[in-house]
Amino acid sequence: MAKAPARASAASKKTASTPSPVTNREGPRDPVPYDATPAELEKFYREMLLIRRFEEKAGQLYGLGLIGGFCHLYIGQEAVAVGLQSALDGDKDSVITGYRDHGHMLAYGIDPKVIMAELTGRAAGISRGKGGSMHMFSVEHKFYGGHGIVGAQVSLGTGLAFAHKYRDDGGVAMSYFGDGASNQGQVYESFNMAELWKLPIIFVIENNQYAMGTSVNRSSAEDQLYRRGESFRIPGMQVDGMDVLAVRGAAEAALEWVRAGKGPVLMELKTYRYRGHSMSDPAKYRSREEVQAVRDKSDALEHLKKVMLDAGITEEKFKDIDKEIRAIVAESADFAESAPEPELPDLYSDVLVEQY
Amino acid sequence: MAIELKMPALSPTMEEGTLAKWLVKEGDTVKSGDILAEIETDKATMEFEAIDEGTIGQILIAEGTDNVKVGTVIATITGEGEEAATPAPAPAPAAEAPKADTPKEETPKNAESGTEQLAVKAKAAVADPAIPEGTAMIRLTVREALRDAMAEEMRADDRVFVMGEEVAEYQGAYKVTQGLLDEFGARRVIDTPITEYGFAGLGAGAAMGGLKPVIEFMTFNFAMQAIDHIINSAAKTNYMSGGQMRCPIVFRGPNGAASRVGAQHSQNFAPWYASVPGLIVISPYDAADAKGLLKAAIRSEDPVVFLENELLYGRSFDVPDLDDHVLPIGQARIMRPGSDVTIVSYSIGVGLALEAADQLAGEGIDAEVIDLRTLRPLDTATVLASLKKTNHLVVVEEGWPTCSIASELAMVAMEQGFDDLDAPVMRVCNEDVPLPYAANLEKAALVDVPRVVKAVKAVRNRA
Repeated sequence: MAKAPARASAASKKTASTPSPVTNREGPRDPVPYDATPAELEKFYREMLLIRRFEEKAGQLYGLGLIGGFCHLYIGQEAVAVGLQSALDGDKDSVITGYRDHGHMLAYGIDPKVIMAELTGRAAGISRGKGGSMHMFSVEHKFYGGHGIVGAQVSLGTGLAFAHKYRDDGGVAMSYFGDGASNQGQVYESFNMAELWKLPIIFVIENNQYAMGTSVNRSSAEDQLYRRGESFRIPGMQVDGMDVLAVRGAAEAALEWVRAGKGPVLMELKTYRYRGHSMSDPAKYRSREEVQAVRDKSDALEHLKKVMLDAGITEEKFKDIDKEIRAIVAESADFAESAPEPELPDLYSDVLVEQY
Repeated sequence: MAIELKMPALSPTMEEGTLAKWLVKEGDTVKSGDILAEIETDKATMEFEAIDEGTIGQILIAEGTDNVKVGTVIATITGEGEEAATPAPAPAPAAEAPKADTPKEETPKNAESGTEQLAVKAKAAVADPAIPEGTAMIRLTVREALRDAMAEEMRADDRVFVMGEEVAEYQGAYKVTQGLLDEFGARRVIDTPITEYGFAGLGAGAAMGGLKPVIEFMTFNFAMQAIDHIINSAAKTNYMSGGQMRCPIVFRGPNGAASRVGAQHSQNFAPWYASVPGLIVISPYDAADAKGLLKAAIRSEDPVVFLENELLYGRSFDVPDLDDHVLPIGQARIMRPGSDVTIVSYSIGVGLALEAADQLAGEGIDAEVIDLRTLRPLDTATVLASLKKTNHLVVVEEGWPTCSIASELAMVAMEQGFDDLDAPVMRVCNEDVPLPYAANLEKAALVDVPRVVKAVKAVRNRA
């Protein structure tokens, strides 16, 4: 049985990640939890709460038949996207992920209305209704999708990193994938080229413990996924993905390494998804108790809230934030339900860029 | 008796080579494994080793001789204790094989590849109307034309780079990228590990990130490992993103049957890629089209699959001597005008169609030959206009018949040109089997001129 990610105890709070194995190879410095200002704490909380409420609403709209097909929710994993992307430079860095992509877009400040409208297949959606939940992009935000083939985003992300290096623009690519994708062959083809050419990329394994219904232990000979880059000499970091400050702190250590031209870093973020793999997954492969235990003990939002209460932020404030986020999500849902579907001629538009 | 050393075939497609340098002289003692000479093939400079021990008798072909045919006796070796004098043929001053002096029975029977029948030397009867009249021409091989196309586009646009296996230091597995590393350096001409899926995806990602990659597959057979990125990543991105995210990339390399390499290295993938919306698929025949269309492909904002043919790489054609010879994508070319029957083909099949047309002319059948050049989008208008004129259609395709470009064209003719058809459309394709290795079976499996002639006569009721 898969283990829920461990909550760092008070005693071990000094380091944000598991100590690196004994090795004589150089690697990123040991990360420390991010020392956030109250304003930053509030920002992280707001973004994580937006993702959670947005995804809950998406789940409801799916149940009502307004969202179709596959819909993979990010509930439980919020601290990963928020912690990592808060460390990136939005003007030059690029991000790419798989099909569980709503959270990464929201963490990048992309308008929830156009995301939700894409989920409902409307012309106002970010892909004009032609992509759906798994295929969303924002070139403006340097968010390159939203890819439906497990593992493809790792090769594509390596290409984004190649482009950064080719142009010498100082940018870093961040390529997210899951514990399931970490067994795909092209991931290792990409690791090889990325390290061989010292490409500026952070490979992020969001280890939510289950590849659809198959636990890491049942699918991975080496289940310590941060070690998966070792035979390519890519340094690995294992991070508590339920603690946004640990995630942010680890991201900074990784970015220092990559921005210094030392090549890629592999980060394994230990996290957990509360919902099924997709909306149609009854999640019979794990017990209710297991899910409840993570919610009770390791929830990323509850954890951050505690830190914030300790920092003197009042319960009143949380109520205000909650109200505000609910309003944003309700507005995006209203928009997504009422916006018109694409016009029929759009069936034929954008197959090609040029006319021949 | 003296052992004859013959010009070796150092690649499956080599017909002749240059004897670049002798590393031994007459009277030298050699043993097995000694390097005797350097021979330049169409692809590379190779060392020619001794297999037998003995003394070099006569050197019959001087170093620096070009166009030495495979099988020509280039030197003799005498075994230990034998007379150094040899009954060798007179030294051939020119490149010609000393046919008269080489008795037939001594020549081992060369297994003739089935691809010999594809390698006809026919040429277009009319000039391409896309090229201004009076344009000066230069003679280039398809290989050189492709290289020039890449080099010109790389000079014009820093976003263009070339990536693939052996494209840089090795100068290209088929020498198509020869010289590019020297001119553009390792930043823009990049050797990859053998990792097609990975570098095809890397290329697609770089294109999404704003570059213009030219990804070479050593052959398109190996692109099967990468077809997910060609289709799922490159072809669908623009549509899935509502026109927001482009993937301007060229996937290029040799496609179709090569010589005696068997089933896994011989396949025409044109119909596969041509069935995918979101892709441009180009498959040129001659050097002028190879150059003009590869330049267009690199400039395109859409993903392009550019299917070359190994057997055509060494073939020379006239290429417009222009600073910027770019051709429109999506336009077929009438290679030979005619009135009795339309023969449509692409890639290496065009040569067969032209040769068949020449033979048919001698029998009073005036065939029009169309080279599709681009397979997606397909220039159905040119084919249908020709059909309207000739009322007969034959499609020639070096590839399998089922779900082929030929079957697609038959459907187009039926849907849009039914009233113009005086006879059913016929297709001349390879046999519906994996390509065999044995020379006679390979020959039987591949399209050839007699089959084209026969099909045309059949549609003209002249069988």
